[in-house]
Amino acid sequence: MELLVASAIGLMTAAAVYLILQQRTFPIVVGLTLLSYAVNVFLFSSGRLIANKPPVISDADAYTDPLPQALVLTAIVISFGMTALIVVLALRGFLETATDTADLPEDELLRDMEDDR
Amino acid sequence: MTAANVATSWIIAPTILPAITAAVMILVWRRDIQMQRILSVASTIALLGIALFLYGAVSDGQTDAYRLGAWPAPFGIVLVLDRLSTTMLVLTAGLALAVLLYAIAGWDKRGRHFHTLFHFQLLGLNGAFLTGDIFNLFVFFEVMLIASYGLMLHGGGARRLRAGFQYVAINLIASSLFLIAVALIYGVAGTLNMADLAVKAREVTPDNQALLQTGALLLLLVFAIKAAFVPLHWWLPATYAAASAPVAALFAIMTKVGAYAIIRVFGTVFGDSASGDTLAAVVAPWILPAAILTLAAGTAGILASRRLLDLAAFNTVASMGILLIAIGQFDADGLTAALYYLVHSTIAGAALFLVVDLIAERRGDALDALVPRNPISQAPIIGTLFFLIALAVIGLPPLSGFIGKLLVLNATYDASQKWLIWAAILVASLMMTIAFSRAGSMVFWKVKGQVTGPTWATAHVMPMIVVALLVAASASLAVFAGPMTKMFQATAVQALNTPAYVEAVLGRRDNVEPQRPITTPAESATTSPAPVPAPAEH
Repeated sequence: MELLVASAIGLMTAAAVYLILQQRTFPIVVGLTLLSYAVNVFLFSSGRLIANKPPVISDADAYTDPLPQALVLTAIVISFGMTALIVVLALRGFLETATDTADLPEDELLRDMEDDR
Repeated sequence: MTAANVATSWIIAPTILPAITAAVMILVWRRDIQMQRILSVASTIALLGIALFLYGAVSDGQTDAYRLGAWPAPFGIVLVLDRLSTTMLVLTAGLALAVLLYAIAGWDKRGRHFHTLFHFQLLGLNGAFLTGDIFNLFVFFEVMLIASYGLMLHGGGARRLRAGFQYVAINLIASSLFLIAVALIYGVAGTLNMADLAVKAREVTPDNQALLQTGALLLLLVFAIKAAFVPLHWWLPATYAAASAPVAALFAIMTKVGAYAIIRVFGTVFGDSASGDTLAAVVAPWILPAAILTLAAGTAGILASRRLLDLAAFNTVASMGILLIAIGQFDADGLTAALYYLVHSTIAGAALFLVVDLIAERRGDALDALVPRNPISQAPIIGTLFFLIALAVIGLPPLSGFIGKLLVLNATYDASQKWLIWAAILVASLMMTIAFSRAGSMVFWKVKGQVTGPTWATAHVMPMIVVALLVAASASLAVFAGPMTKMFQATAVQALNTPAYVEAVLGRRDNVEPQRPITTPAESATTSPAPVPAPAEH
């Protein structure tokens, strides 16, 4: 199980990094989403991988740590909200400038000024 | 109740007050800008009052902890009040009041929900300064960032949207790194409470030490993104120069959150001057080179700027460089200088953004571009303000920048890389002098034609008064440099006193000196991950 979880996290992170390094907004958003999945699973596994045990203290060995589960829940909510926000931003940027590149637009004000001189 | 008890229950107030204010504004007066302004200013004044009260309550040097829901630490979340956190609270509330008074002259009407977002931002900032829990710090960072995304886009426009996308993307990556760091630290130490972590981090077994150090370095990376270290600074000029002026001025405190977090986590929690092999010793070698590069990159940016807003944004980067040089010393003198410079650079950096806005609104379509244009109205007053603020940010006498730089130079006098540090700071000051004189002459002297901008009859006076007050704050920081430095000295000593912090939060004096690795998973089963691997006897 450790190998499966670890390679899943690694693969998702690798794909996320590749996508985030793209120049257009859509792959970046997908990459950020993948990254947050990977991070959530990683955070979850910080309490060690224990199957079929209750997340409460019953006796010394027979429980799974409940705290990472609570942390992951918080992290999921936050990353979900952030993803929604960045999707809206990407869409608004696309609709206002008719291009979905993530670069900053050239400074037209300064170019006009140069022409003036 | 004794005075200390009264203050303890008020520790939560700096987070609750902005939360309630923001909620009331969006639920009750979402269309009534006048009521929003009244409530917003009243709430910020109250916040400043509470911050000053809390500052007074811990000025005798005690550390006070508020346990949410009365859960005993380290099981519940704690808010911790000491000199360092109250200093940041007072600075935040003071800056917020100035920015708010500037914004209500008209900027707050150029988009919706300015005041609501503003108070959510204050909630996140105050929470980050108060919290005593690493995961809670993450949550307050997110609150602060979500509000800052909204504020950054305030006023709209394609450029802001694009810069906003980059800003949100870099911060989402930073948040992911923060969570990875949190998971690594929790995985080996079994706690996220800062005071408890200060104890447990020293008990981690040698084979888990690498994981803990990775976590600590990742945390540094996250704070470095917030504080705009080179090479993680590139988002800052684009964001700050694209944001509206009051928002950029408020953001002057946002980079300082990164600096505060470095002091708190690597100074108080992981640092302990007693031994050499602490986690602070692992991260410290990274800070000084990054700080000098940050100063160099910021100065180069200032020299290359063709707009005043870029100048102001790169000035923020350069000032973070000097601040980090001082923090990187990790001793009482270094932190004293860092705190003085932190307060100074927040005030001066914010004032610079605001005065640039005053200039830009008077120059017609030239805005803040550094090209010859018409003379501006009220030039004597605005020119004087620009000149004084330039003196402050460059670090020339008589304002606080000079004393701040002097303190930093003095604190690094015994450092091994003294010559490098001194050369970097002094050359950067010269370069900044050149850049600012060039910018000032271009705007105020290289002019032709008719005066543009609002006349005295139509101009708003309040923004000018606010900028003048910020200059006065910088001046009084210089005049009262003696008593201020004494207070910052006490703050720095307290911030580096890990045992006292641990005792105040956990209510007992733990041995935080390095000691034998633990041989059983943990004494307190709930806070540690079930089986910590590799106890010695297995």
